[in-house]
Order: sequence, then structure tokens, then C-alpha cells
Amino acid sequence: MAGHRNKGNPGLMGWIDDRFPATALWEDHLSKYYAPKNFNFWYFFGSLALLVLVNQIVTGIWLTMSYNPSAEGAFASLEYIMRDVEYGWLLRYLHSTGASAFFVVVYLHMFRGMMYGSYKKPRELVWIFGMTIYLALMAEAFMGYLLPWGQMSYWGAQVIISLFGAIPVIGPDLQQWIRGDYLISGITLNRFFALHVVALPIVILALVVLHIIALHEVGSNNPDGIEISENLDENGIPKDGIPFHPYYSVKDLVGVGVFLFVFSIVVFWFPEGGGFFIEAPNFEPANALKTPDHIAPVWYFTAFYAMLRAVTFSLFGLDAKFWGVVVMGAAIAILFVLPWLDRSPVKSMRYKGWISRIFLVIFAISFVILSILGALPATDGRTTVAQICTVLYFAYFILMPFYTRMESTKPVPQRVTG
Amino acid sequence: MKKYLIALLMVCLPGLASAAASNYPMESFKADLRDQESLQRGMALFVNRCMGCHSMEYQRFARTAEDLGIPEDLMEEYLILGDHAINDLMTISMDKGDAAGWFGAPPPDLTLETRLRGSAWVYNYMRTFYRDDSARFGVNNGVFADVGMPNVLEDLQGIVINHCSREELEARGGFTGTLDPLTGNRSGQCLQVQPGTGSMTPAEFDQAIYDLTNFMTYVGEPSRLQAERIGTYVLIFLAIFTFFAYLLKREYWRDIH
Repeated sequence: MAGHRNKGNPGLMGWIDDRFPATALWEDHLSKYYAPKNFNFWYFFGSLALLVLVNQIVTGIWLTMSYNPSAEGAFASLEYIMRDVEYGWLLRYLHSTGASAFFVVVYLHMFRGMMYGSYKKPRELVWIFGMTIYLALMAEAFMGYLLPWGQMSYWGAQVIISLFGAIPVIGPDLQQWIRGDYLISGITLNRFFALHVVALPIVILALVVLHIIALHEVGSNNPDGIEISENLDENGIPKDGIPFHPYYSVKDLVGVGVFLFVFSIVVFWFPEGGGFFIEAPNFEPANALKTPDHIAPVWYFTAFYAMLRAVTFSLFGLDAKFWGVVVMGAAIAILFVLPWLDRSPVKSMRYKGWISRIFLVIFAISFVILSILGALPATDGRTTVAQICTVLYFAYFILMPFYTRMESTKPVPQRVTG
Repeated sequence: MKKYLIALLMVCLPGLASAAASNYPMESFKADLRDQESLQRGMALFVNRCMGCHSMEYQRFARTAEDLGIPEDLMEEYLILGDHAINDLMTISMDKGDAAGWFGAPPPDLTLETRLRGSAWVYNYMRTFYRDDSARFGVNNGVFADVGMPNVLEDLQGIVINHCSREELEARGGFTGTLDPLTGNRSGQCLQVQPGTGSMTPAEFDQAIYDLTNFMTYVGEPSRLQAERIGTYVLIFLAIFTFFAYLLKREYWRDIH
């Protein structure tokens, strides 16, 4: 237990340690947290997600100082930040680019987990806390996107909130309850602002703590998917483990440098991200009487949006939109049960069979194609492709209990292979 | 595995091929935000010819003067036409309700027009007005069909006649054809200026519209040059930082095998 170590030492740290487990916490989570020594490229994205989270919080606090959360003043206050606030444009671009960067690193982080079986026993809770962060992050991003009060803010929110209207019986009332009005208005903007800057950040921070505590309880997985805690030396230290600090703190610093380099190129030269990070219609103030030609959610939601639109038929007397919402919800929900769908005796893709590998590749490609399709206006051909990709997306999960049990796996080494 | 990949791509790719096409073939536009003279001429044109109806309500005169290298006293004397103070936003006094009655819709604020529609759109739009007696203000536009704005620069450009059908104009653009060095017109081009009706030659007018669009591009994102200047230093710092971080990592990891 952290609380019983490092007692009775001299000096300031001793004084603190007698009252607060500072040194014990430092040791448990950094200097004596033993991580496998064979982390590869894919293991940068956890710490990068933390970095982006800090960026969002810090720039968010400063943006809040000049932002005006009202339907009358929101749009103008953003341009005030962009023009009249010293370095306001930088704060805003760091925040808007950071939102997209958050999803980039989180998607890569999740893909790493799927590739190396990091969700499997004993890390089910690590995965579930992580998925909950992802869910909270989607809510956070969605609500944040309304705040600039541009045309795409308004109509994007309109589309997403209308999804709740597809739920039978309670749908219309639920929609109105979310908006707080008969249509999206300043009331909606104010509550989204409150949730975006207070409620959800607290939830996300708490979940991040839970995610890391759960991780440090069971230890990190690695590209070989073997437990380093099963091979201890005479001092009880994993033979394949190295202290997170300094080894991974200095390694992650390199990752941070490379990430920030790419991030800065976007922030300083291409903050609109080709129209994907800041969409052009958002340079026009929200107008409830004028619908944009083409409404698309921001890129990190488009895969799910494409699945929603892919459902074009009604079933059991319920219309296509309802089933679309069901499919979209299921696409996210099914990720939560991933630890129990995977029946393979091995964790890592390195030692799984070829069927698992093909399904993972198909899953990843389907997700990318759905993301592209969701950003484009729907046509018959595109809808067909989206339907195929939706089926493939779900096939990865639904067939997993079968193919992971059927396939022959490769022998797993005793020690990590680097 | 590769075979499956290719098969999947074959299934999925055709749906991605078709992208929505814009009707009018735009001539490209490349802003030059370092050309202060162009920006100053653009601002003069905007203030004199556009600002009767169009505001730039998020941009301040003072900021513009500073970025464009215009001394404040000259700005106040020549470019602030109403009773605005130099630190005011570039608003106008026209009432939006009145304007909606006159034009069908109030003339939009133009602060962010180039970010909303693109600079190329503005550049092409301003050059492709032509006479059309069936239209409300007697003019139509190549880029914006059935436009609700009068051609306020006709005295500069001259009277423009569309010699093509609307479909042909949208298909091949207003200004494709062979250049006649004497009149500045191109034979066979859809939009032709009636000689002697405008105070500028076509080349001068194109330059004026370039300056105007350049200025509007600046106003759309006045921090652009500052961002690129700071960004350069940030990248230099990050490159050095990452290099030393890598050396540090290599040093620490020397004994890990």
C-alpha cells in the first residue's frame, strides 16, 4: 500500500510523505511503474492523448475568458477573439485543431488496443474506462461544435439532436428536452456551453484517472501480448520491465516533439484542415431560416453518420431513421463488449491467425471508407458502399467469437521479443 | 491478405469517385498578403464602392491601418468616410430592414466572405456581371445565377454583354477565347466589354478586382501573416527540441536490450 511506505524520512519530502503519499505515488505511477521494454510506435498515442487533453483544457480556459455564450453574441465574440484578443487566433486554432488531433490520437490509441489485445483479461476495465472516455469525448466535441454558432454548428447540432426524435413514443419530447426549446436556440447554446466547459471536462478528467489507475493495477500490455509480471527477477521486478520514468518519459518526449511539429504545421498554416477541422459554412452566423446545401458532421463522427444513413429500409413498423440510430448506437456499444467477444488464447495480432488479421484490416478499412462517405452527400452508389462497409464493420465484432476460437494461433514466446 | 484488401477496395472505391462539381469554371486566385500596395488599393476600392451596403463588422479600422501600413491620419482622412473613429468596427449605417426591402435580402457582411465562399469565388464573381434586361437590377452574374446585387463597378469595367447561352457561360467560363491586343477582348469569349464604356481596360479592371479580393482575403483572416511568422519559429524550436529529446532518449536507452 502506498500509504505505509517512505515514512519517517528527514527533510521536506519526509515531512510531506508523513502526511501525504507523494513519493509513494511518484514511485507507483512513474519511477517504479514497470512497463514492458518493447513498446513500439503505437504506444505513443496514450501520452499524446493526455497532452492534447491538457492543451484543450488550457486553451479552453483562455477562450472562455473572451467567449460570449449567447445566440446574439457568440459568433461575434469568436471573431473578436480572432482579431482583437492578443494571440486569440492562436488559442482558437490550438483548440479547434486540438479537437481533431484528440480524435486522431484516440483512434490510433484504440486501434493499438485492438491490434495487441490490450482489452483482454485482465484489462477489461481499462478498456471500458477508455471507451467511456471516448463516449464522453464525443459528447464534449459535439457540444463544443455548437459554440461558434456558425451555420454548420447550428445545422450539425440540428441533425444530431433530431436523431433522438427517431426513438418511438418519447422521441419528440426527448428532443425538446435536450434543446430546451422548440428549436435550437440561445437556450440550447447556453446549456451546451455549461456542459462543454464544466460538466464534461470533469467527467473526462475523472475517467482518465480511472483509466490510468486501472492500467497501473494490471500493468501495461505490449506488442507481444504477454504478461511481463509472470517473469520476475529476484527483487520481484519484471525481467522485461523498465521504469516508466525515466525510460518512457524521455521516449515519449520524442513522440511529443514529432507530434507537436505536425500539429503546429496545421495550427499555423492550415487551421481549417482542408475544410474538415473548421468547415466553411461555419464562417456564416447560424440562421434558423436558411439550411446549408450540404450538412455533414465533423470528420470524426462521419463513420457513424454514414452507418446511420446506410439504413434505408423500415422494419417491424419502425422507420429507417430509427433503425439507423439503432445501428449507429450499436456500432459504438459493441466496442464496449469487445473483451468478451475475443475468445482467442493469445492477445496480440502477432500470434493470432490470419483470419483475425484479415478481419482487423477489413474493420479498419471499412471505418475509413465510412468516414469518407459520411462527409459526402449520399447517392445510391455511395449508400450501397456504406451498407457493405457497415456489414463488414459489424462482421469484425459479431464473428469474432467464432473466428478467434476456430483459427490456429502461433506459439507465444516466454519473454518479449522487442 | 493483399488479395482481400484489393477486393475490398474494388468494392468500395467506385462510390468515392464522383464529387459535386461547381458549375462555373473558376479562374484561380492566389492572394499575396505581403503586397501592401495591392491591399491598400483593395481597401480604397472596398471603402468607396462596397461599404455603402456591405459592412465588415468584425474588423476594426485601426487594425487594418496597422496591418496594411496606412498611417492613421491618412486612414482617417481618406478611408474612413462616415463619422467612425479609427478604433471602431467597420460597420455601416444602412438599416438591415430597409436593405431587405430594397434588395430582397440585406447585403451580407463581408468580413468572412472569402473564408465562406473562397477567394477565387469572390475574384470570379466580381468580374462576371453582365447585362440582362430580364433581371431585377438589369444584370446577371456568371458565378452567381440570378444575382440580387446591382453591378456597382460597371462604370469601371464597362458594359458587359454575354454572347453565349447561360449554359454555355457556366460550362466554359466568361473569358476563354483568343486575346485581341487592341481591345483587350478575346474573340469567341462569352463575356465581352463594349469598347469605350468603361474607364478601365480589362487588364486594369482585373488588377482592381485582384486587389479587392486580396484585401478581402486579408480581412477574412488578419492574423495569417503573423501565424506563419510565429509558426516558423515554433517549428525551428520543435525541431531542435525533438533532436535533443532524441539524444536524451538514446542516452537513457543505451543499456536497455
